[in-house]
Amino acid sequence: MGIECLVLGAGQEVGKSCVVVTINGKRIMFDCGMHMGYLDHRRYPEFSLIPNSQDFSDSISCIIITHFHLDHVGALPYFTEVCGYSGPIFMTYPTKALAPLMLEDYRKVMVDRRGEEEQFSSEHIVRCLKKVTAVDLKQTVQVDKDIQICAYYAGHVLGAAMFYVKVGNSAVVYTGDYNMTPDRHLGAAQIDRLQLDLVITESTYATTYRDSKYVREREFLKVVHKCVAGGGKVLIPTFALGRAQELCMLLHDYWERMNLQVPIYFSAGLTIQANMYYKILINWTSQKVKDTHATRNAFDFKNVISFDRSLINAPGPCVLFATPGMISGGFSLEVFRHWAPYEENLVTLPGYCVAGTIGHKLMSAKIPTQIQLDEDVQIDVRCQIHQLSFSPHTDAKGIMDLVKFLSPKHVILVHGEKPKMATLKEKIESELGIQCRYPANNETVCIPSTHHVKAGASDAFLQSCLCPNFKFFKTDFERGSDLDDDFPQGDECCSTVQPGEEGR
Amino acid sequence: MVQMGDNLVVGCHCTADVKDCMLKVESLKYAEEACYNGILIIKAFSSGLEIGSCNWSITSPKGSIGYISSSVFSPVVAMSFNYKAFQRSDVILCSDFSSCNAPDKYDDDNNCSDPPGDDFSSSSDGDVNAEESAMLLSSDEYLEEMEKLDFICSCSMDSIKAGGSVLIPIGRLGIILQLLERFALALASEDMKVPIFVVSSVAEELMAFTNIIPEWLCNQLQDRLFSGQPLFTHMEMLKDGRLFLFPALHSLKLLKIWQEPCIVFCPHWSLRLGPVIHLLRRWSKDKNSLLVMEEGVDASLALLPFKPMEMKVIQCSFLSGMQLQKSHRLLKILQPKHVLFPEVLKQDDGPSETSFPFSYYSENKTLHIPYAKEDSELDIEIELACRLQYMTLKQKDMNVSRLKGELVVERGSYRLSLGNDKLMSSQTGPVLYFGKIDLNGFLMELQKKGMKFTVDEVKGDRGSHKAYLVHVLEPGEALIELREAQTLISTADENLASLISQAVCGVLDCI
Repeated sequence: MGIECLVLGAGQEVGKSCVVVTINGKRIMFDCGMHMGYLDHRRYPEFSLIPNSQDFSDSISCIIITHFHLDHVGALPYFTEVCGYSGPIFMTYPTKALAPLMLEDYRKVMVDRRGEEEQFSSEHIVRCLKKVTAVDLKQTVQVDKDIQICAYYAGHVLGAAMFYVKVGNSAVVYTGDYNMTPDRHLGAAQIDRLQLDLVITESTYATTYRDSKYVREREFLKVVHKCVAGGGKVLIPTFALGRAQELCMLLHDYWERMNLQVPIYFSAGLTIQANMYYKILINWTSQKVKDTHATRNAFDFKNVISFDRSLINAPGPCVLFATPGMISGGFSLEVFRHWAPYEENLVTLPGYCVAGTIGHKLMSAKIPTQIQLDEDVQIDVRCQIHQLSFSPHTDAKGIMDLVKFLSPKHVILVHGEKPKMATLKEKIESELGIQCRYPANNETVCIPSTHHVKAGASDAFLQSCLCPNFKFFKTDFERGSDLDDDFPQGDECCSTVQPGEEGR
Repeated sequence: MVQMGDNLVVGCHCTADVKDCMLKVESLKYAEEACYNGILIIKAFSSGLEIGSCNWSITSPKGSIGYISSSVFSPVVAMSFNYKAFQRSDVILCSDFSSCNAPDKYDDDNNCSDPPGDDFSSSSDGDVNAEESAMLLSSDEYLEEMEKLDFICSCSMDSIKAGGSVLIPIGRLGIILQLLERFALALASEDMKVPIFVVSSVAEELMAFTNIIPEWLCNQLQDRLFSGQPLFTHMEMLKDGRLFLFPALHSLKLLKIWQEPCIVFCPHWSLRLGPVIHLLRRWSKDKNSLLVMEEGVDASLALLPFKPMEMKVIQCSFLSGMQLQKSHRLLKILQPKHVLFPEVLKQDDGPSETSFPFSYYSENKTLHIPYAKEDSELDIEIELACRLQYMTLKQKDMNVSRLKGELVVERGSYRLSLGNDKLMSSQTGPVLYFGKIDLNGFLMELQKKGMKFTVDEVKGDRGSHKAYLVHVLEPGEALIELREAQTLISTADENLASLISQAVCGVLDCI
């Protein structure tokens, strides 16, 4: 038996991460995400390709979710409540706490604002999350008598983890999304040196090499400051969790340093609620944030005020954090409509926008421009656009560093763009001499697994193997012999060399 | 609240010592593997006694040991006792002494809650064990603890209504946190504004800390995190001025806001140290005030310096370990190969059903327990195992093979791998001969080679056998001396020497 890797999502693309790995007959699903760029059946992974798909609980031993982003957890309520999977599900404590916020927010956007038929209900989300077992970092969990899993810190977002899975003698690491450099609120990814058959790694920035983060942070602060100084309004569309807190910490510190009085708003209660989670889960942030928690919790943003719709057209400068990040709908789109036509305003864009979203259109647009919202609505965009160039994903160097550190027998790339993955694959194979693949969606890759034969080893055997300074063993058997004393004498037992004491 | 041992004077240490010591401590998560020397895997599992308290397991290639100290199945604050982690241990060392003094009782109630999960293997234990587990996890203990807390709370409210204050010198964090919650609720429902003070040098740190460790708490409290509530209400109480934390009684701010009646948590439970002394002096004559103590302290002795006491006193015992009955049930489920009990338990009947061998240990005495198995477990990589070419020994019923590989000691196990030398040839190194020379077989070999010889036996002083001397006469002259562990061939003829040497090899095993 080998290791079979069925890529149901994030194969040669970014979106709906889902990899089903069968190791020595045990099937494990890593991530269960949804694609934000599609509204039809393509938004979910093609679950029917899983062998024995009439009974998922029987065919899948466990599901492991790496972090709370929708492209990693979005399809989970659908899979458990609609498709009927009832087996064990593992995620870290922060992911279990924060995933329902993301899911509920998404459901609301879909149903309440777009008027779509709902794929899963609030009830589904609650029931789904009840089945989840929360795990701590480095806690080894025995899923059944053959499967052992362990989570490692991944950076990226609060609670993100890489997962080590061992079945029998074969072992795999699935990285999820990770960051190899610490940011303002999270530490860098951290893992032990492990004996691995396979590493499945993300490759969002497979060919990007980044310089210091501080330069790019300064750039961001500069444009924001310039905008508000000129009386403009700044719209920062973000995911409610993660990036919002990081940028907010950045602005908050800057505001205090520069003694700025311009209000910073958070849209809706979602992010305020999220800040409370960040406060409780401060142990999952960076060491620096942790060390200061007793005196001042870094997520107590005292300059931050909650935003009200009536403030959209209020006079004067302000900074607003609004969801969703890629301006694909919801409140950020509503505010964007009002603010985009004015030159003094500023809209920041996340480092990565899925094709089909307004964010994606703006990335390549030349200002001033016009953007078609739907058949009869068109917006004049005259505001400034600033794309954030810092990302919570590792760059190519980070991926290479991790793969080199882990030195697995095989590497599979997911969560990236095909041409860049091809370049990285070449690099991994030529520089590290490790076989690398990057399967497309719904493709299966097979690699050999490790097997061991169990044996018993005597203490003498282990000792003689472990002690490099062996000597020929002398017994006292022939002591007093009148024959040649200096001649080494063979011992009659099978082990011919033994760690000896000093010879006579 | 720092608890101190009984020997306060002996071996007192300073803050720097404590900090220095803590720098040397490596902290672990529950069920995190710590590897010592590559060969021992050490893990901690929640014991349920307090936040962060644990039982330990040590696993080596030869076997495993579990060390179970005071454990609580369904605690009110800490994560519950993870006993499943100790299933199939070779040796379990029981060091829960709470069963020595507490009377035993148990009910057959089957309200079970889930244990903290590290083992999800379903129903591998069979029906009998399922029933036993249900009994272990019955919520009686939990409800009983809750009842005690409710009782303390209602007594406290009575005292406050009568104008008295409440003094709680209990050092157990879990109990303090639970009481804080209850007081907040009770005071709110009675619409009373009575300040609660926690006076301890570590109060502030402790309260901030407890709110950021959901991973170490019981399921009920973890559920608060998952439903978006703060873990404890004390953060809110601090904010809206219902709870105050002070490092010492003489803190200026405390003196400013002090008002009575009030509720005070402070060390030390022995009533010989800390703020409790001053407050006891102040309130001991007040018959409306209340002192809450934990059982285990000799109250009459502890209160002697404060006599005459008019203050009300409640002594309450909280769960601090397993009841004997339960520990026996537990061991039945865990099925260890050997159990060690403290000697104090000898006076009891011992385990009623001895489904497992057990012995008693006592202070300052080393106890030897033989390994369950003689050999260590060794994993041989299948690629290497396939290359092993076995041959049967002539003199022993045994197969042997030469092997070249790398022995790796890693994460508590031995592994033989091909190592870097992936292209090894099947024969490496010189051929090795071994075994004992059988005289008759050897003589036959010589005869086959057409030699003529005579044989003498050399005897020792007391007639014991020492050696055989074989004089070869044809085709040339040679002397062969056969000893137990050595054969010496002496001849001037090189060809003859090599012929005889061949004959020797012919009767030996070789690899």
